[in-house]
Amino acid sequence: MKLTVNGETHDVDVEDDMPLLWVLRDELGITGPKYGCGIAQCGACTVHVDGVAVRSCQLAAGDVIGDVTTIEGLGTPSALHAVQEAWIDLQVAQCGYCQAGQIMQAASFLDMNSEPTDAQIDAAMSGNLCRCGSYPRIRDAVKLAAIKLRRV
Amino acid sequence: MGRVKTIARRSFLIGSAAIAGGVAFGTYLYKREGENPLLADLKPGETAITPYVRIDAQGITLITPRADVGQGAWSMQAHLITEELDIDPATATVSPGPASAIYYNGVVGAEAMPIAATSDTLLARTGRGAADVMGKLMGLHITGGSSTVPDMYDRLRMAGAVARETLIRAAMKQTGLPRDQLSTENGHVVLPDGSKIDYLDLAVAAADIDPVQDVALRDPSQWRYLTKPQKRTDMVAKSTGTLTYGIDMVMDGMVYATTRTNPAMGGGIIGFDAAAAQAMRGVRSVLPITGGIAVVADNTWRAFQAAQAVDCDWGPSPYIGNTADQFDAVAASMTDDHQDSRFKDEGDVTAALDGADVIEAEYRIPYLAHAPLEPMSVVVKMTRTRLDIWTGTQIPRFVQANMAKLTGLDADNIHVHVLMSGGSFGRRLEDDYVAQAVEIALQLRDTPIKMIWQREEDFTHDFSRPLAIARGRGAVKSGALDAFDLSIAAPSVAESSLARLGQPAIGPDVAIVAGAWDQPFAIPNYRVTGYRTPAMVPISSWRSVGASGNGFLHESFMDEMCHAAGVDPLEERLRLCWHAPSRKVLEAVGEMSDWGSDLGPNRGRGLAFTLAFGVPVAQVVEVTNTDRGIRIDKVFVAADVGRVLDPVNFEAQVQGGVIFGLGHAMNCEMTYVDGAAQQDNYHAYEGMRLYQTPEIMVRGLENGDKIRGIGEPGVPPAAPALANAIFAATGQRIRELPLSKSVDFV
Repeated sequence: MKLTVNGETHDVDVEDDMPLLWVLRDELGITGPKYGCGIAQCGACTVHVDGVAVRSCQLAAGDVIGDVTTIEGLGTPSALHAVQEAWIDLQVAQCGYCQAGQIMQAASFLDMNSEPTDAQIDAAMSGNLCRCGSYPRIRDAVKLAAIKLRRV
Repeated sequence: MGRVKTIARRSFLIGSAAIAGGVAFGTYLYKREGENPLLADLKPGETAITPYVRIDAQGITLITPRADVGQGAWSMQAHLITEELDIDPATATVSPGPASAIYYNGVVGAEAMPIAATSDTLLARTGRGAADVMGKLMGLHITGGSSTVPDMYDRLRMAGAVARETLIRAAMKQTGLPRDQLSTENGHVVLPDGSKIDYLDLAVAAADIDPVQDVALRDPSQWRYLTKPQKRTDMVAKSTGTLTYGIDMVMDGMVYATTRTNPAMGGGIIGFDAAAAQAMRGVRSVLPITGGIAVVADNTWRAFQAAQAVDCDWGPSPYIGNTADQFDAVAASMTDDHQDSRFKDEGDVTAALDGADVIEAEYRIPYLAHAPLEPMSVVVKMTRTRLDIWTGTQIPRFVQANMAKLTGLDADNIHVHVLMSGGSFGRRLEDDYVAQAVEIALQLRDTPIKMIWQREEDFTHDFSRPLAIARGRGAVKSGALDAFDLSIAAPSVAESSLARLGQPAIGPDVAIVAGAWDQPFAIPNYRVTGYRTPAMVPISSWRSVGASGNGFLHESFMDEMCHAAGVDPLEERLRLCWHAPSRKVLEAVGEMSDWGSDLGPNRGRGLAFTLAFGVPVAQVVEVTNTDRGIRIDKVFVAADVGRVLDPVNFEAQVQGGVIFGLGHAMNCEMTYVDGAAQQDNYHAYEGMRLYQTPEIMVRGLENGDKIRGIGEPGVPPAAPALANAIFAATGQRIRELPLSKSVDFV
């Protein structure tokens, strides 16, 4: 099957029911999306399909309709996305393992809601676990990113 | 050294029996400088001035041997070196270096001794000195016990200063200028005319000079990075998905593996049928390993699927299998013949309680899993003569030694490449997952193997923080605490985890009472007794170790006693507290939270204080009892680490510790049926989520006389402060964790 990831189209030979996460990680070598729980409880595997945040551990490769963007495609160290900039400005990450998922979730959310309330941020980000407890800074970084994105 | 020997022979020290002979022999060894492990593989044009600074034509590498498990240890170690070396940490490569005895931890061993952090007696100082000697003799290359900053604070600044002065000496040779005409700035030696020589261009010459040892550390007033807000060196990579964790290693020709062992702890495997699994797409082999099976495939998900398809015949767990029975065993161990310690015994508790109106309470805390978000994972490659291991670990030298035993290879031929850990909380003080991958490699040589556990395997084969029961008996007199007698029973973490590392555990286990026996209060009659429950399912250290649960046990009873005496919990603690830095954090948190002011209906404040790892921490939690349950509104924290080296990461570690403490107190427990853990993924072990996260105000104080670490001390007071707040808001006293057994949370 064909998969377009970060603007590049790949031909992959996998079972239809292989979760997108493992196609990305083990077939394409794209390791930004992380395996955390395998049952959509932690959000570490979050990627975008046509700009919408999805849990790639639960999306079968055969059901991917649209372009996939991973954290690597959102921005790079030399060309950061506004959400990544906010994450760095506020020094959000601790172990950092959940943060690719957190950032992808936040980017998709802010794309749909450019002026979110605190309650909307809480609701949108509560599916992503952080075992280190970086939540206060995630909350602040989403707000900062919203401001940065409105300026763009 | 004479004193050290005497103390060691008293054998209350960690592993002292194994070491006692070594201490005598080791007087010489201890004083000798260790060999710089970086010299072993230097190529022409490269230099390693100290074991912490390596320079070649490509740039400068800073060696940061304490593991980074999210607490920012690599970045902090890099900043300690660069503060003296005069380079921008962002321009250097940060590497944890090889497993080596020279990277021994001289501080962590003292945590296993019954020495209060607040004590500065000769015995206390001697004991700490003995811990340093043993750390060095044993080559304890280990990360834990919030010891990175206390252990590395002088050592890494000195390493940076030695490297700087040696580079200056090379510049003196090259230019003929005297020392006082040369200075350093951002990776260069600066000449009087303002011209500069790059460190990289001095490296070769510096390699021929004996490192300059006679250096003085800079006065803190000259610091550029320390005590200022820092930019963590890993932050850009962690925000762009470009950091390689253990789980992300990719190598040519690599195969993917997973393992499945008996969910009933220690039950082993009787036999298995792999026919169905073998026939699945991408499966290369199904192999026996100790206690279970391994599947090797061409993709992790295929390995996961196949592992589930293996039909395994598991043996029964040898341990007490059900949680109700486990608690019964703990309760039954609170007898004289199981008494493990009584490090605190002031006044006469028995006499004070005799005839008094005794206040009694019993508390329970559950087993808790570490469950770092990156599941246990490792890449190994084994040839006939060499084994390479890439993983996140806190114990690289134990990994090396244990894998040497497993493979028969010489430890020198086992290379442990430490990678960033996606969390740990103590889980990576174990090497069980590495051993499994090496067992696969022994059956599949010359092929790189990436082994990843399924989350369910990770949860059910975690070594939990132990359960415990505490009984408090106390008496009040004239509106004040008069007697406080706390008995704590739990299995021993030291006994369980040191056995797995091949080390003896001798003497009492301080962790059974840590965070309870060593609190700075002058209650007239004050006793803390530890009872050791005979070993049950394997257990291990969990963020803040003994204090993680004992904070709840001590501070819940403290709150009950204050309530019984009719005194304000803050006022009474201040009255009883004899340790000035501890008093200051209590006063600070009182001021921050506006303690004593009216919160309005259905609201309450709870206070708790724990001194752990030498850091006094006071927390006030504010809650509201809503019609949907308890909502945590705000948390105020004051903590004293002596000197806050990075206010940004300090706040992050304290907030993270509070959330870790609150989240597990709210809704987490590990329970067992027939020896098998019942919680196998995050739906059953959720912790705190963002919508439940309160505002957390943090203040760092600097009244302590020593510098301390902050990765763990934020955890212990969170649970009791929350439970005490719920009592204040609702009148309901909860004596068992998790609190969700008794109340709902919003």
